[in-house]
Amino acid sequence: MTDGTARDGGGSGGALTPPTDGSAPAPAASPKAVATPIRSDAYKAASGPAAGTVTGSAAGVPAPAGGAAAPKAAAQGAAARGPGQVSRRGFLSTLGVAWTSFAAACAAGAVATNRFMFPNVLFEPPQTFKAGLPEDYLTGAVDTRFKETFGVFIVREEDGAIYALKAVCTHLGCTPNWLEAENKFKCPCHGSGFYRTGINYEGPAPRPLERYRIVLAEDGQILIDKTRSFTYEKGEWSQAESLLTV
Amino acid sequence: MLKQLWEYTRSTQVWNSIFRHGPMDTARNRGLAVLSNVFLHLHPVKVRKSGIRLRFTWCMGGITFFLFLVEVATGLLLMFYYHPTVEYAYVDIVDLREQVPLGVMRELHRWGAHAMVITVWLHMLRVFMTGSYKPPREFNWNVGVLLLVLTLLLSFTGYLLPWDQLAMWAVTVGSNMARATPLVGHEGPMAPLMKLGDIQLVHAGNDARFALLAGRFVGAGALLRFYVLHCVGIPVVATILMAVHFWRVRKDGGISGPV
Repeated sequence: MTDGTARDGGGSGGALTPPTDGSAPAPAASPKAVATPIRSDAYKAASGPAAGTVTGSAAGVPAPAGGAAAPKAAAQGAAARGPGQVSRRGFLSTLGVAWTSFAAACAAGAVATNRFMFPNVLFEPPQTFKAGLPEDYLTGAVDTRFKETFGVFIVREEDGAIYALKAVCTHLGCTPNWLEAENKFKCPCHGSGFYRTGINYEGPAPRPLERYRIVLAEDGQILIDKTRSFTYEKGEWSQAESLLTV
Repeated sequence: MLKQLWEYTRSTQVWNSIFRHGPMDTARNRGLAVLSNVFLHLHPVKVRKSGIRLRFTWCMGGITFFLFLVEVATGLLLMFYYHPTVEYAYVDIVDLREQVPLGVMRELHRWGAHAMVITVWLHMLRVFMTGSYKPPREFNWNVGVLLLVLTLLLSFTGYLLPWDQLAMWAVTVGSNMARATPLVGHEGPMAPLMKLGDIQLVHAGNDARFALLAGRFVGAGALLRFYVLHCVGIPVVATILMAVHFWRVRKDGGISGPV
């Protein structure tokens, strides 16, 4: 056999390489081809005509070409199998469907688990509250009556405008104290200092205190909405609802 | 007389059903005593002499594992008296000291945690000094780094459980880091980009920090979530990784052995 050496190289390179020339199956034909399984006669007959073209490629690339030849030959040999059996090509694609659907199910499970971790209901105190009438607040004063319950300072300026400062230090989140005598907010954790306007001027705080949305409710009371806050550094203090002008 | 009793016990079916090896007079039986025991066989039957040289190994890895077991045991005992709710958490910790017998279980758990963090760093240092991260042991080094991170996360989640001022503010500060994460944090560098027109896709109510705390600030949700992570979530992952870690040591030549 002229291509005997090439086939031998292919045969020993890939143990699963089927014999691609029609004469291979008999183990005695070549000692190195013993590793290949013995095929049925139907398979051998079916692959005979195709052997000539496939052999050349099999010489250089044993496993893939052999693998490609095998299902093709197997499909031709499928007619020789029993009725309930699936061919090798059919088996592979069935497995593909199975694996794809398994992976999709796993992915869906992962997405569902991720969504599970975000609660729909929060047992938190109400985020909007009425803070009384504007008249209850002295002009030029910082009011701390809602600091404990809602975490907000209500500041009224000389011209009557009212705003609500978020009582969370912009350094690492502690609650600052209003020091009336020194006319400043001072954070007990790391010493950040803020003016009554909320602007930071000393300590590690990187930016001013934030303002909560403040509007007038229908009954004339001040309504503070903690779900929206306005930051100075983004220029949001010029927005209408960061300040209540009465 | 006692010897006869012993011999008799040895011959009973009850004994032989439990212990599948003979008396430890042959090398085979001594090997089987380890191999046929589910707890002992995680350890190799024989170790090299260099494996028990304290100068080589410092035994820090083993001590860390021992401390992990101590933490599991003391933690389990603490769980019998602790409710992870805002109403009860702090008073339960006080009661564990004042009312519960021995009164020192919480402290044992805490000291064990401190010690475990120290020993895990020393173990890492030893592995580095002896070059035991070099090929082919790189993967095991990475598994070890993951275990280190899990140890620190255990410390972080456990810290919240006493629900005192230290706990609440430490976790507030720590979890605030999550809101600065790119893409999934509402104050991260790409937060202004995460919007569809006027609708903010990632905000304080659905970012990574929200998922961690189950809320917008450290409250009841965070307490329960950290409790579950601390007692079940992270230990399960850590156990799996420890199994990989120990297995890798054995397969790569045993402790303190050449590849």
